Amino acid sequence: MDSHTLAAQTAETGHIEHGADHPPFLRHHFENVPQQREAATFGMWLFLLTEIMFFGGLFCSYLIFRNWYYPAFVAGSHTLHIWAGTLNTTLLIVSSFTMAMGVHAAETRMRKALMGWIIATLILGCGFLCVKAYEWHDEWVEHHVPGLNFSPEGFLHGTKDYPDDKLPLDMAEKTQVYFSLYFAMTGMHALHMVIGVSLLTILLIQVYGGKYVNGHVAPIENFGLYWHFVDIVWIFLFPLLYLISRHQ
Amino acid sequence: MDQQAHEHHEHHIFEPSEPTHHAEHIVSPRVYLVVGTTLLILTGTTAAVSYVDLGTFNAVVALAIACIKMTLVILFFMHVKYSSKLTKLTVAAGFFTFLVLITMTMTDYISRAWGRW
Repeated sequence: MDSHTLAAQTAETGHIEHGADHPPFLRHHFENVPQQREAATFGMWLFLLTEIMFFGGLFCSYLIFRNWYYPAFVAGSHTLHIWAGTLNTTLLIVSSFTMAMGVHAAETRMRKALMGWIIATLILGCGFLCVKAYEWHDEWVEHHVPGLNFSPEGFLHGTKDYPDDKLPLDMAEKTQVYFSLYFAMTGMHALHMVIGVSLLTILLIQVYGGKYVNGHVAPIENFGLYWHFVDIVWIFLFPLLYLISRHQ
Repeated sequence: MDQQAHEHHEHHIFEPSEPTHHAEHIVSPRVYLVVGTTLLILTGTTAAVSYVDLGTFNAVVALAIACIKMTLVILFFMHVKYSSKLTKLTVAAGFFTFLVLITMTMTDYISRAWGRW
């Protein structure tokens, strides 16, 4: 085949039939593995942008309602445990680090290291969910769950740590807006964590079977992007829910 | 020979613009370690600062630190610093659109009769 025929064929089909030269994971419509990986990254980022809009809407309503029912949001925020939020932020950041190291292990084709980093990420992710479950349980016990067992009682007379949190009854009722957004945001975030942990378990089984350490990095890398995104959402939830109202 | 001809052809087509496949850059574990440690330090800082009464600036400082952390995660953990122009443009365009949406919504709410809803 001379170069002219080859050029014509390339222009027509977009790629050349390599036959056995293809790695098995290279899809037919891509020229080579880097191009396939670039397309996968692009697609993943488009998905993450829709996620930014989704969580962005929640953040936006949080900011608006915080201005709207300011004393209720401050009092509601005072009931959260800062130590739990800080611990969870730490767990997530370390898990982002282990996941980044996992991507590195996939790129350098080290199967055992990749499995180790995935397992570490799984443990840290589950640790985060356990702390979150503990907090939610605490809020249930305190009657802070709107629609299920909410009571404004705790916001009428001040608390041990915040004796000045004495809201009038109508404003105390509005702490339900804070807790609704709190459960919506931390709940959606935790749902993303559960999905992430589930996907990561599947990836772990596949890596155990020998996948993704043969140059086919895109699935691991894209999962990494998802995991880091979920980390970023928490990076903003932490100050907004736990920190900024402490002295107000 | 065939492979060479192919590459030559491709070069000819794509040379003036961004290549369709970006040379992959493997980020070193040292970078991940430095970024991860910085993120943990910033987490400690933001938690510690929340114990100091800065008035309105508690929120400003906490959100500024969160923005720095987000930027570090995006640039290094998510490899955007080492990515193709296409990826960089996608991320930038997404955040720009998001900021426009937030700004428009906030502009609407802030110009309403606060206190009389």
